[in-house]
Amino acid sequence: MSEMEYTIGAVIKEPGSTRRNKTGRWRVFRPVLDEDKCVGCARCFMFCPDGCVRPAEDAFKIDYEYCKGCGICAKVCPVDAIEMVLEEEME
Amino acid sequence: MTELGPDVRVINGNYAAAEAVRLVDVDVIAAYPITPQTPIVEYLSEFIANGELDAEFIHVESEHSAISAVVGASATGVRVFTATASQGLALMHEVLFIASGLRLPIVMAVANRALSAPINIWCDHSDTVAQRDTCWIQLYCESNQEILDTIIQAYRIAEHEDVLLPVMVCFDGFTLSHTLEPVAIPDEERVREFVGEFEPVHCRLDPEEPMTIGPVGGPDCYMEFKKMQHEAMERAREVIGEVNREFSDAFGRSYGDGLVEEYNTEDADYIVIAMGSVCGTVKHVIDEERPDVGLVRVKAYRPFPGDRIAEIIQDREGVVTIDRTHSYGAMPPLWTDVKAHAPDVEVSSTIAGLGGRDVRPEDVLRAIKVAEEGKGTDEPVWINVNV
Amino acid sequence: MSGRKPRLPIPKEELLAPGHRACAGCGSALCVRLCLKALGRNTIVVTSTGCIEVTTTPYPETAWEVPWIHVAFENAAAVASGVERALKALDREDVTVAVFSGDGGTVDIGFQALSGMAERGHNVVYICYDNEAYMNTGVQRSGATPPYAATTTTPAGKVWRGEMRPKKDMPRIMVDHGVPYVATACISHPQDLIKKVEKAKETDGPAYIHVLCPCPPGWGYDSSETVEIGELAVDTGMWVLYEVEDGEFRLTYRPRERKPVEEYLKRQKRFQHLTEEEIEEIQRMVDEQWEELERLERER
Ligand SMILES: Cc1ncc(C[n+]2csc(CCOP(=O)(O)OP(=O)(O)O)c2C)c(N)n1
Ligand code: SF4
Ligand code: SF4
Ligand code: SF4
Ligand SMILES: [Mg+2]
Repeated sequence: MSEMEYTIGAVIKEPGSTRRNKTGRWRVFRPVLDEDKCVGCARCFMFCPDGCVRPAEDAFKIDYEYCKGCGICAKVCPVDAIEMVLEEEME
Repeated sequence: MTELGPDVRVINGNYAAAEAVRLVDVDVIAAYPITPQTPIVEYLSEFIANGELDAEFIHVESEHSAISAVVGASATGVRVFTATASQGLALMHEVLFIASGLRLPIVMAVANRALSAPINIWCDHSDTVAQRDTCWIQLYCESNQEILDTIIQAYRIAEHEDVLLPVMVCFDGFTLSHTLEPVAIPDEERVREFVGEFEPVHCRLDPEEPMTIGPVGGPDCYMEFKKMQHEAMERAREVIGEVNREFSDAFGRSYGDGLVEEYNTEDADYIVIAMGSVCGTVKHVIDEERPDVGLVRVKAYRPFPGDRIAEIIQDREGVVTIDRTHSYGAMPPLWTDVKAHAPDVEVSSTIAGLGGRDVRPEDVLRAIKVAEEGKGTDEPVWINVNV
Repeated sequence: MSGRKPRLPIPKEELLAPGHRACAGCGSALCVRLCLKALGRNTIVVTSTGCIEVTTTPYPETAWEVPWIHVAFENAAAVASGVERALKALDREDVTVAVFSGDGGTVDIGFQALSGMAERGHNVVYICYDNEAYMNTGVQRSGATPPYAATTTTPAGKVWRGEMRPKKDMPRIMVDHGVPYVATACISHPQDLIKKVEKAKETDGPAYIHVLCPCPPGWGYDSSETVEIGELAVDTGMWVLYEVEDGEFRLTYRPRERKPVEEYLKRQKRFQHLTEEEIEEIQRMVDEQWEELERLERER
């Protein structure tokens, strides 16, 4: 990040700026979504505390820039379409 | 209230404070009653009840909530007011730092009162002086006219883009708050013109332009914000003086240079340094008995006009401070502040008028004697005390 | 599901940005994210000191897409009162004022300010995200910590068996203040939660929603289990979902068959020390509470 700017009263005028902080770095396990298995129930989307499951055109996509790998999405999926894979085991 | 012509009324200090708030046309008021400030809360309620003031009044359940509510309202972009004293101010302590840290232009009136224990409703300065490090501008008044004028000025000072700090307008409980004096009430339109419309400078809670106010500031930025507050406080000196001059142009009244008022100092051998209504007694003593004495009335305790005071007290026979509070285990605060700027000047320290103990002319004479005798330079001399 | 456009049971818009520092699997962050969906952009949020405040606003970053203010730990309700009145003065009463405050900031240190706000009838949606302890300072007990839960200030030992007092019934206290809309919720039931926040938003006057928010490190379970733990709280009757509209009580969810509390307790480290008798005692308390709720339902 560039040099810090000090605003009067420490007011932050850039909403949503935690996006600069890529929490994907925290991840140990990566949720991998199998679109073929997915039935589109949206439970993974509803329950991600970090808003990392995004409804896209024809599927749900996981935002690995921020996904912390908590595993909630895999746990709530009714058809086991999401698998938690150890990051090191990803190619 | 007695009518004395079209614009002079005989009113007490609390009414003068409430009247100033009405003239400025404040938007949101949150306050909790405490002696001797209570009548301010009542007068303002009456104004609103009668349609004389169009403001939201929040009947908060404590002073902690009073200051918290005005912080919230100020951050939403309106002009706010609160008032308190003593225990109430102490209860606000935590939030005072936050109000200045958020740089909100809040104005608060304080009717000075001693702190418990023992519980005591009468005047001294222990309540406000204990808040000196909260980064609030502190202005002390000597008359009811000055209360009204200073509250009007306080909005100009607090809202100035070079300042953006909250202001405490302090006046002695009972001695001023409950005592009738003739006060010239300025024209409402001209007051509104003088203070202008409130336009938030650095923050406003508004869904049109979302901002985050009051975040976490770690070791990488906290110190910068604190230094910025210090610099704003320094700039406030200039602004206080400027507003004092402009007020004088607009309404024909001024108070020294806005920070310090001198009385008979020019050729005086001795100088008394004091704050608040006790200064009236000092002036009386000078007029009646001691033309060789001058008074430095500290109107702005924060920012402290130390350099100016140091200049004034050079080359005198003696200098004495009268503190209406104490810093236990150290020298009293006013003395300490003066000495910090005038280390080479011998300054005597006295403590008087705690918990409403009268400060009579003979007590002022006693304080002057302490200076004459060169006492009180390493330990304060307590005036009119029985232990 | 290729080829089919996903249907969303809750609003899509995200008003809590990712990149915030809440722990992986944080139930409280999930709560805030869900509630914001119902509150919408035209909202000003007040937050008290605690996990949510700390993890979402490390200067110069903020996770908030809506205007947001934090002042202190105990005064969110008072700050919100000021914001609400300022909006009134500005003729901007279309804007929703919402509070997110932890259980500590609500049932303990912020109790007085909240009572004042409720009694004065400010038009504020007050949401207590209840993770059942002071999490930000490292899991100390609060008035909302449930009986027998071990925290760092109620450790389980020979003499102490964890928290030894009942959980403060804050929603009921709010009902007794005459708050027109009071509800409980849990992050495991997002649609129920969102519906309640929408109702709260429509309420003229104060509304209070108390949301159970499981906390992986504080309660002692794996981060993936947050929703499951919430479901178990509801299905065992340890946490009941209801609403009280203008004093009228209504269960909003009734487990088909109440599971034994043991299924909830045994999954969390904070209850690991419990004996059979202690578990039975908790079961009895839950059964009694449930009977009372059934009675309230019948009276309706
Ligand atoms: C007046 C005051 N006392 C104590 C603290 C320290 N403190 C900060 S957050 C916190 C606990 C917050 O608990 P809760 O409201 O439950 O929120 P959580 O952190 O669990 O999300 C405490 C004790 C403080 N900031 N201010
Ligand atoms: S693992 Fe956790 S953070 Fe990552 S997408 Fe799933 S629920 Fe979200
Ligand atoms: S929870 Fe599973 S089935 Fe449902 S949308 Fe997500 S991946 Fe698809
Ligand atoms: S300690 Fe608990 S409440 Fe706090 S951020 Fe972590 S998971 Fe959330
Ligand atoms: Mg908590």
